[in-house]
Amino acid sequence: MREDVPLLEVADLECWRGDRRLFRGLSFAIDSGEAAQITGTNGSGKTTLMRALCGLTRPQSGELRWRGEAVEQSSSAFRAGILYLGHENGLKSELSAMENLRALTDIAGRPRAVSPEQGLARLDLLDYADQPVRTLSSGQRRRVALARMALVDASLWLLDEPFTALDERGVELVNGLFDEHLTGGGALLFTSHSPVALTSGAPTKIGLNQ
Amino acid sequence: MNGADPLRAFRAVVHRDLLLAARRRSEIANPLLFALIIISLFPLAVSPAPETLRLIAPGIIWVVALLAALLTLESLFRADFEDGALEQLLVSPYPLPLLVLAKITAHWLVTGLPLLLISPLIGALTQLDLASTAVLAATLVLGTPVLSLVGAIGMALTVGLRRGGALLSLLVLPLYIPVLVFAANAVSASMDGLPYSGQLLMLTAFLVLSLSLAPLAAAAGLRISMN
Repeated sequence: MREDVPLLEVADLECWRGDRRLFRGLSFAIDSGEAAQITGTNGSGKTTLMRALCGLTRPQSGELRWRGEAVEQSSSAFRAGILYLGHENGLKSELSAMENLRALTDIAGRPRAVSPEQGLARLDLLDYADQPVRTLSSGQRRRVALARMALVDASLWLLDEPFTALDERGVELVNGLFDEHLTGGGALLFTSHSPVALTSGAPTKIGLNQ
Repeated sequence: MNGADPLRAFRAVVHRDLLLAARRRSEIANPLLFALIIISLFPLAVSPAPETLRLIAPGIIWVVALLAALLTLESLFRADFEDGALEQLLVSPYPLPLLVLAKITAHWLVTGLPLLLISPLIGALTQLDLASTAVLAATLVLGTPVLSLVGAIGMALTVGLRRGGALLSLLVLPLYIPVLVFAANAVSASMDGLPYSGQLLMLTAFLVLSLSLAPLAAAAGLRISMN
Protein backbone atom coordinates (compact mmCIF):
# COMPACT_ATOMS: atom_id res chain seq x y z
CA MET A 1 0.00 0.00 0.00
CA ARG A 2 1.46 3.31 -1.10
CA GLU A 3 0.85 6.35 1.04
CA ASP A 4 1.44 9.11 -1.48
CA VAL A 5 -1.47 8.27 -3.81
CA PRO A 6 -5.16 8.95 -3.21
CA LEU A 7 -7.42 6.07 -2.22
CA LEU A 8 -9.62 6.40 -5.29
CA GLU A 9 -8.85 8.37 -8.41
CA VAL A 10 -11.33 8.89 -11.20
CA ALA A 11 -9.90 10.10 -14.49
CA ASP A 12 -11.87 11.41 -17.46
CA LEU A 13 -14.96 9.28 -16.82
CA GLU A 14 -17.78 9.28 -19.34
CA CYS A 15 -21.10 7.51 -18.77
CA TRP A 16 -24.16 7.02 -20.94
CA ARG A 17 -27.60 5.85 -20.05
CA GLY A 18 -29.39 4.45 -23.07
CA ASP A 19 -28.55 6.86 -25.89
CA ARG A 20 -28.08 9.90 -23.68
CA ARG A 21 -24.73 11.07 -22.37
CA LEU A 22 -24.90 11.79 -18.66
CA PHE A 23 -21.47 13.28 -18.11
CA ARG A 24 -18.00 13.24 -19.57
CA GLY A 25 -14.54 14.28 -18.58
CA LEU A 26 -15.32 13.70 -14.91
CA SER A 27 -12.17 13.58 -12.80
CA PHE A 28 -11.75 13.68 -9.06
CA ALA A 29 -9.84 11.97 -6.28
CA ILE A 30 -10.73 10.91 -2.77
CA ASP A 31 -8.20 10.54 -0.03
CA SER A 32 -8.50 8.66 3.21
CA GLY A 33 -10.23 10.73 5.83
CA GLU A 34 -12.12 12.62 3.14
CA ALA A 35 -15.86 12.85 2.56
CA ALA A 36 -17.24 13.83 -0.82
CA GLN A 37 -20.80 14.47 -1.92
CA ILE A 38 -21.94 13.98 -5.48
CA THR A 39 -24.55 16.60 -6.28
CA GLY A 40 -26.77 17.03 -9.29
CA THR A 41 -30.37 17.31 -10.33
CA ASN A 42 -32.64 14.29 -10.82
CA GLY A 43 -31.44 12.34 -13.81
CA SER A 44 -27.98 13.91 -13.87
CA GLY A 45 -26.35 10.51 -13.39
CA LYS A 46 -25.57 10.31 -9.68
CA THR A 47 -26.72 6.73 -9.38
CA THR A 48 -25.05 5.74 -12.65
CA LEU A 49 -21.79 7.23 -11.40
CA MET A 50 -22.09 5.25 -8.17
CA ARG A 51 -22.78 2.05 -10.08
CA ALA A 52 -19.86 2.73 -12.40
CA LEU A 53 -17.56 3.29 -9.42
CA CYS A 54 -18.39 -0.03 -7.79
CA GLY A 55 -18.21 -1.94 -11.09
CA LEU A 56 -21.91 -2.63 -11.65
CA THR A 57 -22.04 -0.52 -14.80
CA ARG A 58 -19.30 -0.26 -17.36
CA PRO A 59 -18.43 3.36 -18.13
CA GLN A 60 -18.14 4.45 -21.75
CA SER A 61 -14.57 5.57 -21.19
CA GLY A 62 -12.28 6.74 -18.43
CA GLU A 63 -10.26 5.10 -15.74
CA LEU A 64 -10.57 4.26 -12.05
CA ARG A 65 -7.47 3.89 -9.93
CA TRP A 66 -7.62 2.26 -6.52
CA ARG A 67 -4.59 3.03 -4.36
CA GLY A 68 -2.79 4.03 -7.54
CA GLU A 69 -3.61 0.91 -9.53
CA ALA A 70 -6.07 0.70 -12.41
CA VAL A 71 -9.29 -1.10 -11.53
CA GLU A 72 -10.66 -3.73 -13.90
CA GLN A 73 -14.40 -4.26 -13.80
CA SER A 74 -14.18 -7.44 -11.77
CA SER A 75 -11.17 -6.66 -9.61
CA SER A 76 -11.69 -8.41 -6.29
CA ALA A 77 -8.95 -6.35 -4.56
CA PHE A 78 -11.00 -3.24 -5.26
CA ARG A 79 -14.26 -4.86 -4.21
CA ALA A 80 -12.60 -5.91 -0.94
CA GLY A 81 -11.97 -2.22 -0.24
CA ILE A 82 -15.46 -0.87 -0.74
CA LEU A 83 -18.86 -1.02 0.89
CA TYR A 84 -21.70 -0.17 -1.47
CA LEU A 85 -25.27 0.71 -0.63
CA GLY A 86 -27.55 1.34 -3.58
CA HIS A 87 -31.01 2.80 -3.92
CA GLU A 88 -32.50 -0.54 -2.97
CA ASN A 89 -31.65 -1.78 0.49
CA GLY A 90 -30.91 -5.39 -0.49
CA LEU A 91 -33.09 -6.63 2.35
CA LYS A 92 -35.48 -9.58 2.21
CA SER A 93 -38.84 -8.54 3.53
CA GLU A 94 -39.72 -11.99 4.90
CA LEU A 95 -36.55 -12.17 6.99
CA SER A 96 -35.86 -10.33 10.23
CA ALA A 97 -33.45 -7.41 10.45
CA MET A 98 -30.97 -9.67 12.20
CA GLU A 99 -31.17 -12.49 9.64
CA ASN A 100 -30.75 -9.98 6.82
CA LEU A 101 -27.72 -8.37 8.40
CA ARG A 102 -26.03 -11.69 9.15
CA ALA A 103 -26.42 -12.83 5.54
CA LEU A 104 -25.30 -9.50 4.07
CA THR A 105 -22.26 -9.33 6.34
CA ASP A 106 -21.16 -12.85 5.45
CA ILE A 107 -21.60 -12.08 1.75
CA ALA A 108 -19.57 -8.88 2.07
CA GLY A 109 -16.88 -10.62 4.14
CA ARG A 110 -14.27 -8.60 6.09
CA PRO A 111 -16.23 -8.71 9.37
CA ARG A 112 -15.35 -6.27 12.11
CA ALA A 113 -15.39 -7.30 15.74
CA VAL A 114 -18.92 -5.94 16.01
CA SER A 115 -21.90 -8.26 16.35
CA PRO A 116 -25.07 -7.67 14.30
CA GLU A 117 -26.80 -6.84 17.61
CA GLN A 118 -24.30 -4.07 18.29
CA GLY A 119 -24.67 -2.84 14.71
CA LEU A 120 -28.44 -2.58 15.08
CA ALA A 121 -28.02 -0.91 18.47
CA ARG A 122 -25.85 1.76 16.82
CA LEU A 123 -28.88 2.73 14.75
CA ASP A 124 -31.44 2.42 17.57
CA LEU A 125 -33.00 -0.68 16.07
CA LEU A 126 -32.35 -3.35 18.68
CA ASP A 127 -36.04 -3.51 19.60
CA TYR A 128 -36.89 -4.42 16.02
CA ALA A 129 -34.11 -6.97 15.53
CA ASP A 130 -36.38 -10.01 15.25
CA GLN A 131 -39.22 -8.44 13.31
CA PRO A 132 -39.65 -9.27 9.65
CA VAL A 133 -38.32 -6.35 7.61
CA ARG A 134 -41.68 -6.09 5.83
CA THR A 135 -43.24 -4.78 9.06
CA LEU A 136 -40.67 -1.96 9.39
CA SER A 137 -41.12 1.55 8.05
CA SER A 138 -39.03 2.67 5.09
CA GLY A 139 -36.81 4.77 7.34
CA GLN A 140 -36.22 1.80 9.61
CA ARG A 141 -35.38 -0.38 6.60
CA ARG A 142 -32.85 2.20 5.47
CA ARG A 143 -31.35 2.09 8.94
CA VAL A 144 -31.05 -1.71 8.82
CA ALA A 145 -29.23 -1.45 5.49
CA LEU A 146 -26.97 1.28 6.86
CA ALA A 147 -26.14 -0.81 9.92
CA ARG A 148 -23.80 -2.76 7.64
CA MET A 149 -21.44 0.21 7.85
CA ALA A 150 -20.74 -0.74 11.44
CA LEU A 151 -20.22 -4.42 10.61
CA VAL A 152 -18.04 -4.51 7.50
CA ASP A 153 -14.45 -3.36 7.39
CA ALA A 154 -14.05 -1.32 4.19
CA SER A 155 -11.93 1.74 3.50
CA LEU A 156 -14.29 3.42 1.03
CA TRP A 157 -18.02 3.71 1.55
CA LEU A 158 -20.07 4.32 -1.60
CA LEU A 159 -23.56 5.29 -0.50
CA ASP A 160 -26.37 6.19 -2.87
CA GLU A 161 -28.76 8.59 -1.13
CA PRO A 162 -27.97 7.30 2.37
CA PHE A 163 -30.28 9.80 4.08
CA THR A 164 -33.43 8.87 2.15
CA ALA A 165 -36.37 8.38 4.51
CA LEU A 166 -34.26 8.93 7.62
CA ASP A 167 -35.59 11.12 10.42
CA GLU A 168 -33.42 13.61 12.35
CA ARG A 169 -32.31 11.02 14.85
CA GLY A 170 -31.41 8.66 12.01
CA VAL A 171 -29.32 11.31 10.27
CA GLU A 172 -27.55 12.00 13.55
CA LEU A 173 -26.74 8.31 14.13
CA VAL A 174 -25.49 7.87 10.56
CA ASN A 175 -23.36 11.00 10.98
CA GLY A 176 -21.83 9.40 14.06
CA LEU A 177 -20.81 6.38 12.01
CA PHE A 178 -19.43 8.67 9.26
CA ASP A 179 -17.29 10.51 11.81
CA GLU A 180 -15.81 7.35 13.21
CA HIS A 181 -15.09 6.06 9.73
CA LEU A 182 -13.39 9.28 8.63
CA THR A 183 -11.26 9.71 11.75
CA GLY A 184 -10.27 6.04 11.40
CA GLY A 185 -8.76 6.85 8.00
CA GLY A 186 -11.72 5.76 5.88
CA ALA A 187 -13.17 7.66 2.97
CA LEU A 188 -16.75 8.35 2.05
CA LEU A 189 -18.51 9.14 -1.18
CA PHE A 190 -22.24 9.67 -1.20
CA THR A 191 -24.92 11.14 -3.42
CA SER A 192 -27.56 13.56 -2.36
CA HIS A 193 -29.38 16.28 -4.25
CA SER A 194 -29.83 18.46 -1.18
CA PRO A 195 -27.07 20.07 0.89
CA VAL A 196 -25.93 17.85 3.74
CA ALA A 197 -24.09 19.01 6.83
CA LEU A 198 -21.84 16.33 8.22
CA THR A 199 -20.68 16.78 11.80
CA SER A 200 -17.16 16.26 10.49
CA GLY A 201 -17.43 19.40 8.37
CA ALA A 202 -18.74 20.15 4.91
CA PRO A 203 -18.02 17.40 2.37
CA THR A 204 -16.16 18.13 -0.84
CA LYS A 205 -18.73 18.70 -3.58
CA ILE A 206 -18.60 16.93 -6.91
CA GLY A 207 -21.17 18.45 -9.25
CA LEU A 208 -22.58 16.52 -12.22
CA ASN A 209 -24.48 19.31 -13.98
CA GLN A 210 -22.39 20.89 -16.66
CA MET B 1 -9.21 -12.42 4.44
CA ASN B 2 -8.77 -16.11 5.26
CA GLY B 3 -9.67 -19.19 3.23
CA ALA B 4 -12.87 -20.03 5.12
CA ASP B 5 -14.53 -16.72 4.23
CA PRO B 6 -15.71 -17.63 0.70
CA LEU B 7 -17.33 -20.77 2.14
CA ARG B 8 -18.96 -18.64 4.81
CA ALA B 9 -20.42 -16.43 2.08
CA PHE B 10 -21.56 -19.55 0.17
CA ARG B 11 -23.27 -20.89 3.28
CA ALA B 12 -24.86 -17.51 4.00
CA VAL B 13 -26.44 -17.37 0.53
CA VAL B 14 -27.75 -20.96 0.74
CA HIS B 15 -29.01 -20.40 4.28
CA ARG B 16 -30.81 -17.16 3.36
CA ASP B 17 -32.53 -18.71 0.35
CA LEU B 18 -33.63 -21.78 2.33
CA LEU B 19 -35.00 -19.54 5.09
CA LEU B 20 -36.90 -17.56 2.49
CA ALA B 21 -38.27 -20.74 0.95
CA ALA B 22 -39.38 -21.91 4.39
CA ARG B 23 -41.22 -18.61 4.91
CA ARG B 24 -42.92 -18.76 1.51
CA ARG B 25 -43.91 -22.41 1.57
CA SER B 26 -46.28 -22.22 -1.37
CA GLU B 27 -43.28 -21.65 -3.62
CA ILE B 28 -42.08 -25.17 -2.87
CA ALA B 29 -45.49 -26.76 -2.76
CA ASN B 30 -46.96 -25.33 -5.98
CA PRO B 31 -44.57 -26.85 -8.54
CA LEU B 32 -44.72 -30.19 -6.72
CA LEU B 33 -48.52 -30.21 -6.71
CA PHE B 34 -48.46 -29.18 -10.36
CA ALA B 35 -46.23 -32.15 -11.19
CA LEU B 36 -48.28 -34.62 -9.16
CA ILE B 37 -51.61 -33.47 -10.57
CA ILE B 38 -50.51 -33.63 -14.19
CA ILE B 39 -48.89 -37.03 -13.77
CA SER B 40 -51.99 -38.40 -12.07
CA LEU B 41 -54.26 -37.03 -14.81
CA PHE B 42 -52.63 -39.04 -17.59
CA PRO B 43 -53.80 -42.49 -16.43
CA LEU B 44 -57.31 -41.02 -16.20
CA ALA B 45 -57.22 -39.23 -19.54
CA VAL B 46 -55.39 -41.77 -21.67
CA SER B 47 -55.74 -45.20 -20.12
CA PRO B 48 -54.85 -46.81 -16.81
CA ALA B 49 -53.78 -49.99 -18.62
CA PRO B 50 -50.19 -50.90 -17.67
CA GLU B 51 -49.23 -51.49 -21.34
CA THR B 52 -50.20 -47.93 -22.29
CA LEU B 53 -48.63 -46.34 -19.23
CA ARG B 54 -45.48 -48.30 -19.84
CA LEU B 55 -45.12 -46.55 -23.18
CA ILE B 56 -45.84 -43.01 -22.07
CA ALA B 57 -44.91 -42.81 -18.36
CA PRO B 58 -41.16 -42.10 -18.62
CA GLY B 59 -41.77 -39.32 -21.13
CA ILE B 60 -44.60 -37.76 -19.14
CA ILE B 61 -42.69 -37.79 -15.88
CA TRP B 62 -39.70 -36.04 -17.39
CA VAL B 63 -41.69 -33.53 -19.41
CA VAL B 64 -43.50 -32.58 -16.22
CA ALA B 65 -40.24 -32.36 -14.27
CA LEU B 66 -38.93 -30.03 -16.95
CA LEU B 67 -41.97 -27.76 -16.87
CA ALA B 68 -42.00 -27.72 -13.07
CA ALA B 69 -38.35 -26.62 -13.11
CA LEU B 70 -39.15 -23.91 -15.67
CA LEU B 71 -41.94 -22.61 -13.43
CA THR B 72 -39.55 -22.13 -10.53
CA LEU B 73 -36.67 -20.50 -12.43
CA GLU B 74 -38.14 -17.01 -12.00
CA SER B 75 -37.58 -17.31 -8.26
CA LEU B 76 -33.84 -17.83 -8.80
CA PHE B 77 -32.79 -14.20 -9.41
CA ARG B 78 -35.94 -12.11 -9.95
CA ALA B 79 -36.61 -11.12 -6.33
CA ASP B 80 -32.91 -10.47 -5.72
CA PHE B 81 -32.80 -8.26 -8.79
CA GLU B 82 -35.71 -6.19 -7.57
CA ASP B 83 -34.77 -5.72 -3.93
CA GLY B 84 -31.09 -4.97 -4.48
CA ALA B 85 -29.75 -8.24 -3.04
CA LEU B 86 -28.25 -9.11 -6.42
CA GLU B 87 -26.18 -5.90 -6.44
CA GLN B 88 -24.77 -6.93 -3.10
CA LEU B 89 -23.70 -10.30 -4.54
CA LEU B 90 -22.01 -8.54 -7.45
CA VAL B 91 -20.01 -6.15 -5.29
CA SER B 92 -18.96 -8.89 -2.87
CA PRO B 93 -15.20 -9.48 -2.91
CA TYR B 94 -15.78 -13.21 -3.37
CA PRO B 95 -15.93 -14.85 -6.82
CA LEU B 96 -19.40 -14.33 -8.28
CA PRO B 97 -19.60 -17.86 -9.78
CA LEU B 98 -19.25 -19.27 -6.27
CA LEU B 99 -22.14 -17.15 -4.98
CA VAL B 100 -24.19 -18.05 -8.07
CA LEU B 101 -23.50 -21.73 -7.38
CA ALA B 102 -24.83 -21.14 -3.87
CA LYS B 103 -28.05 -19.68 -5.33
CA ILE B 104 -28.34 -22.69 -7.66
CA THR B 105 -27.71 -25.13 -4.80
CA ALA B 106 -30.51 -23.57 -2.77
CA HIS B 107 -32.76 -23.63 -5.84
CA TRP B 108 -32.13 -27.35 -6.35
CA LEU B 109 -32.70 -28.13 -2.66
CA VAL B 110 -36.06 -26.40 -2.90
CA THR B 111 -37.23 -27.65 -6.32
CA GLY B 112 -35.24 -30.70 -7.44
CA LEU B 113 -34.87 -32.52 -4.14
CA PRO B 114 -38.62 -32.59 -3.30
CA LEU B 115 -39.31 -34.08 -6.74
CA LEU B 116 -36.73 -36.77 -5.99
CA LEU B 117 -38.36 -37.44 -2.62
CA ILE B 118 -41.79 -38.00 -4.16
CA SER B 119 -40.43 -40.19 -6.98
CA PRO B 120 -41.73 -43.40 -5.32
CA LEU B 121 -45.19 -41.84 -5.38
CA ILE B 122 -44.77 -40.86 -9.03
CA GLY B 123 -43.63 -44.42 -9.79
CA ALA B 124 -46.72 -45.83 -8.09
CA LEU B 125 -49.07 -43.44 -9.92
CA THR B 126 -47.70 -44.56 -13.29
CA GLN B 127 -47.38 -48.25 -12.37
CA LEU B 128 -43.60 -48.41 -12.66
CA ASP B 129 -42.03 -51.55 -11.21
CA LEU B 130 -39.65 -51.18 -8.30
CA ALA B 131 -36.44 -51.42 -10.33
CA SER B 132 -37.64 -48.79 -12.81
CA THR B 133 -38.67 -46.49 -9.98
CA ALA B 134 -35.10 -46.75 -8.72
CA VAL B 135 -33.83 -45.84 -12.20
CA LEU B 136 -36.27 -42.93 -12.29
CA ALA B 137 -34.87 -41.73 -8.97
CA ALA B 138 -31.32 -42.05 -10.36
CA THR B 139 -32.22 -39.97 -13.43
CA LEU B 140 -33.76 -37.35 -11.14
CA VAL B 141 -30.61 -37.27 -8.98
CA LEU B 142 -28.46 -36.65 -12.04
CA GLY B 143 -30.89 -34.65 -14.16
CA THR B 144 -32.63 -32.14 -11.88
CA PRO B 145 -29.37 -30.38 -10.87
CA VAL B 146 -28.69 -29.88 -14.59
CA LEU B 147 -32.11 -28.24 -14.93
CA SER B 148 -31.26 -25.79 -12.13
CA LEU B 149 -27.74 -25.12 -13.44
CA VAL B 150 -28.67 -24.57 -17.09
CA GLY B 151 -31.80 -22.67 -16.09
CA ALA B 152 -29.64 -20.26 -14.09
CA ILE B 153 -27.83 -19.21 -17.27
CA GLY B 154 -31.10 -18.40 -19.01
CA MET B 155 -32.48 -16.64 -15.95
CA ALA B 156 -29.29 -14.59 -15.52
CA LEU B 157 -29.55 -13.37 -19.11
CA THR B 158 -33.25 -12.46 -18.91
CA VAL B 159 -33.50 -11.10 -15.36
CA GLY B 160 -33.24 -7.49 -16.57
CA LEU B 161 -36.16 -7.85 -18.99
CA ARG B 162 -39.63 -7.09 -17.76
CA ARG B 163 -41.33 -9.85 -19.72
CA GLY B 164 -38.52 -12.37 -19.92
CA GLY B 165 -40.68 -15.47 -19.38
CA ALA B 166 -41.22 -16.46 -23.00
CA LEU B 167 -37.63 -15.70 -23.92
CA LEU B 168 -36.46 -17.74 -20.95
CA SER B 169 -38.33 -20.85 -22.17
CA LEU B 170 -36.99 -20.29 -25.66
CA LEU B 171 -33.42 -20.07 -24.37
CA VAL B 172 -33.54 -22.87 -21.87
CA LEU B 173 -35.84 -25.58 -23.27
CA PRO B 174 -33.54 -26.55 -26.18
CA LEU B 175 -30.73 -27.01 -23.68
CA TYR B 176 -33.00 -29.21 -21.54
CA ILE B 177 -33.79 -31.58 -24.40
CA PRO B 178 -30.68 -33.79 -24.10
CA VAL B 179 -31.48 -34.35 -20.42
CA LEU B 180 -35.08 -35.16 -21.31
CA VAL B 181 -34.07 -37.65 -24.02
CA PHE B 182 -31.50 -39.57 -22.01
CA ALA B 183 -33.42 -39.56 -18.72
CA ALA B 184 -36.73 -40.73 -20.23
CA ASN B 185 -34.88 -43.29 -22.30
CA ALA B 186 -33.08 -44.70 -19.25
CA VAL B 187 -36.42 -45.31 -17.53
CA SER B 188 -37.96 -46.91 -20.65
CA ALA B 189 -34.94 -49.14 -21.14
CA SER B 190 -35.13 -50.31 -17.55
CA MET B 191 -38.84 -51.14 -17.98
CA ASP B 192 -38.01 -53.19 -21.07
CA GLY B 193 -35.22 -54.99 -19.23
CA LEU B 194 -32.54 -53.42 -21.41
CA PRO B 195 -29.24 -51.97 -20.13
CA TYR B 196 -29.52 -48.32 -19.12
CA SER B 197 -26.06 -47.53 -17.75
CA GLY B 198 -25.08 -45.68 -20.93
CA GLN B 199 -27.90 -43.20 -20.49
CA LEU B 200 -27.04 -42.68 -16.83
CA LEU B 201 -23.40 -42.07 -17.75
CA MET B 202 -24.47 -39.49 -20.33
CA LEU B 203 -26.56 -37.77 -17.65
CA THR B 204 -23.53 -37.81 -15.35
CA ALA B 205 -21.49 -36.19 -18.10
CA PHE B 206 -24.13 -33.47 -18.53
CA LEU B 207 -24.08 -32.89 -14.79
CA VAL B 208 -20.30 -32.56 -14.62
CA LEU B 209 -20.24 -30.29 -17.65
CA SER B 210 -22.96 -27.97 -16.41
CA LEU B 211 -21.61 -27.97 -12.86
CA SER B 212 -18.28 -26.71 -14.10
CA LEU B 213 -19.49 -24.24 -16.73
CA ALA B 214 -22.97 -23.01 -15.76
CA PRO B 215 -21.92 -20.97 -12.69
CA LEU B 216 -19.33 -19.12 -14.80
CA ALA B 217 -21.81 -18.48 -17.61
CA ALA B 218 -24.57 -17.39 -15.23
CA ALA B 219 -22.20 -15.04 -13.40
CA ALA B 220 -21.19 -13.43 -16.71
CA GLY B 221 -24.86 -13.20 -17.67
CA LEU B 222 -25.71 -11.44 -14.42
CA ARG B 223 -22.96 -8.87 -14.94
CA ILE B 224 -24.36 -8.15 -18.41
CA SER B 225 -27.94 -7.94 -17.12
CA MET B 226 -26.97 -5.52 -14.34
CA ASN B 227 -24.98 -3.26 -16.63
